[in-house]
Amino acid sequence: MIHFKPTMWLRSLTLALISWQILNAQSGRRLFEAQCALCHGQTGGGGKGPSLLKPKLNKAPDQAALEKLIADGIEPEMPGAWTLSPKELTQVAEYVRSLGSIPPESVPGDATAGKEIYRKSACASCHIIDGTGSGFGPELTNIGIRRNSAHLRQSILKPDDILPDGFMLIEAGQTKGIRLAEDLFNIQLMDASGRLHSFSKASTTINRTRNKSPMPAYTKFPATDLDNLIAYLASLKGSAK
Amino acid sequence: MTILLLALLAQVPLERIVSADKEPGNWLSYSRSFDGQRHSPLTQINTTNVANLKVKWAYQFSKPGNQTSPIVVDNVMYISGPNSVAALDTRTGRPFWQWSRPIPSDYQSIGFGRTNRGVAVLNDMVYIATLDCWLVALDARSGIQRWAVKAGDYKLGYSFTVAPLAIKDKIIVGTSGGEAGIRGWLDAYNARTGKQEWRFYTIPGPGEAGHETWKNDAWKTGGGSTWVTGAYDPALNLVYWGIGNPAPDWNGDSRPGDNLYSCSFVALDGDTGKLKWHFQFTPHDVHDWDAAHVPILFDAEVRGRKRKLIANANRNGFYYLLDRESGEFLSGRDYVKQTWAKGLDDSGRPILLPGAEPTAEGTIVWPSLNGATIWFSPSYSPLTKLYYVAAREKSSKYFKSEAEYKPGTFFAGGGEQNLDPNDEWGAIRALDALTGQQKWQFKLLTPPWAGLMSTAGNLVFASSNEGNFFALDATTGKPLWDFQTGSAITSNPISFNIEGKQHIAIASGYTLYVFGL
Ligand code: HEC
Ligand code: HEC
Repeated sequence: MIHFKPTMWLRSLTLALISWQILNAQSGRRLFEAQCALCHGQTGGGGKGPSLLKPKLNKAPDQAALEKLIADGIEPEMPGAWTLSPKELTQVAEYVRSLGSIPPESVPGDATAGKEIYRKSACASCHIIDGTGSGFGPELTNIGIRRNSAHLRQSILKPDDILPDGFMLIEAGQTKGIRLAEDLFNIQLMDASGRLHSFSKASTTINRTRNKSPMPAYTKFPATDLDNLIAYLASLKGSAK
Repeated sequence: MTILLLALLAQVPLERIVSADKEPGNWLSYSRSFDGQRHSPLTQINTTNVANLKVKWAYQFSKPGNQTSPIVVDNVMYISGPNSVAALDTRTGRPFWQWSRPIPSDYQSIGFGRTNRGVAVLNDMVYIATLDCWLVALDARSGIQRWAVKAGDYKLGYSFTVAPLAIKDKIIVGTSGGEAGIRGWLDAYNARTGKQEWRFYTIPGPGEAGHETWKNDAWKTGGGSTWVTGAYDPALNLVYWGIGNPAPDWNGDSRPGDNLYSCSFVALDGDTGKLKWHFQFTPHDVHDWDAAHVPILFDAEVRGRKRKLIANANRNGFYYLLDRESGEFLSGRDYVKQTWAKGLDDSGRPILLPGAEPTAEGTIVWPSLNGATIWFSPSYSPLTKLYYVAAREKSSKYFKSEAEYKPGTFFAGGGEQNLDPNDEWGAIRALDALTGQQKWQFKLLTPPWAGLMSTAGNLVFASSNEGNFFALDATTGKPLWDFQTGSAITSNPISFNIEGKQHIAIASGYTLYVFGL
């Protein structure tokens, strides 16, 4: 008589589950490449449609909402995929969700100690976390689900090397700031004090710097402090409210 | 009161459209005149006063992203959305009537958004082509349906977004569906009764000329949509129409050969739909470079001889000048950055560069998937003799994948990936219409998605993705006026008179704006 050890049984179930997930993800990818890639890019980076490489999609915060969005489409530009079966909808939605998520990683360092470094370094003079601070730089409330630790490290050590798409420092006449909006004839900025400005391009001299961050490079942190700071940022998963 | 009376008496016999220049205050067909020029002879708004242009009224659609090109007949403006039409009072923008037809719940547009680019008018009827493939004739006064014919099967991916074209006593309508493995056609229906008069298959079947450019059964799912309104020469009685990409788009393995008449202009007899000539811009296309363009017709002297011409700045990045009686290639050159062809040979056929085909890993090629320009209208000014085009400077990484035909689903075989957004931009370009040589350009921040109109006030009206609607000096490209509409613009402008005063209209987002001095 053969008895499966329960652990063995569990392990094969897990294996089956994993291979089912891989299969699912593969079908999801194939469906995506056949039906979505022509607008969203072969790997979801964007084309005629927006990039889907985001941890949280604006229009589809969870699996159910995403399946509904894919089935219904978004008027007028995105067609609904009514020919997909419920199973295929699930597969393609799971694949889309996997595109933007950052794989789980273990980050060395102590988040509580990191919070103190954040406070002492006056990062809040440019960043908002959970409603506190100043909004010159990007909000960091959910930076832990948006960026992996390598990106966070780079942002702190060499901010110039890791600027977001479209980021630009502008000098408009005497005013320096971050570009917030621009059309053919006008440009809008925020200066370092958080004041908003608007200029007509025809009557202002505009200088642009694409690869310079206004954030100082923090190269002097001792290694443990840096690890702790990154652990703190990685722990920021969004506001409870 | 008098205005209302005029509106009720509106009648548009063909003769009025043929002689559109005699009544420049109206805009009677998609491109105003049959020659596709989208040029207004009106001069009240001109380089000296355009800076004073102001919004006079606005109309709100129920859906965003409108692409309609309005028709104006005697103080009534006809505009459209997907499966809907409205007749507006041009003095105030208030609707005389509105019409709509439900979109079936199982309708799916494959490869494009739910949109509609405009209506046609002829005699006392207004014609709209619907997403679910109905061509519907409405009574121009009341908006009540006169007849409706089902011209195609949307469940197989056929769909209408095109503005129909009224010629003679017929309504011409073309189909979308190039990403669904349709076999495309261009249809003509009797304007009075809706009876089908002719059908031209854009992918020739067995026994038809051009069939030899297909292998096996590939022609049955060969694509060749007809989704952008063509032009017409009443004297030659020829209909000129752009034909879309072959299917599957990015994987050409199953369809060796030139794949006629994909990516071509065709000239068809207006009475019978018989092919008079064709010119293929992109043989055996693997980048989705449809010839989805409004052809522009004009006459000029070429190499010492007065000729009837047809011009096109193509999605593939080249500008072409052809003889419109014979289809003979006269000249051509690239007008944007392109990396797939060394140039054109003496017959206008591209001389291919190696390594531009899509692959599983991706191949970077200029121009991008949506092309150097696409459906939105170019313009030609008989005054400056310049061809104006909204040009897109952008590359794509083109991917190739397996394509399996399943009716009513994508049959595409690949796609694109966007590259660095800092590397893409656009421009309004003025090209010498005989040579394609650039005379000036006005740079845009991003690749445009909206058409142009030139006017006899020596202006070119243009739009941007950032919401700007603006006027350029037609001779120099200098900006003279601009207005922020609040939404990316994806439509074509028109010009017309309200009580003898010139106005300009453009759809932007949810809104139709009308501007005047
Ligand atoms: C014809 C082009 C097209 C196709 C095909 C297409 N999309 Fe889209 N999609 C768009 C456009 C355009 C938008 C932006 C619409 C808007 O926000 O108004 C969009 C938006 C989305 C969004 C919302 C993004 C956000 O940030 O909230 C998701 C998710 C999405 N698409 C998924 C898919 C999936 C999955 C498929 C394939 C089943 C698909 N799309 C096929 C054009 C397309
Ligand atoms: C002078 C203002 C300023 C200060 C002080 C500042 N930052 Fe920044 N920070 C910015 C700006 C602006 C950006 C956006 C441009 C960029 O990515 O460099 C940014 C970007 C970042 C990013 C990347 C965000 C993303 O979405 O990728 C992180 C992480 C970050 N800062 C953390 C910090 C930390 C931690 C400190 C304190 C040690 C700090 N910043 C101090 C202005 C500042």
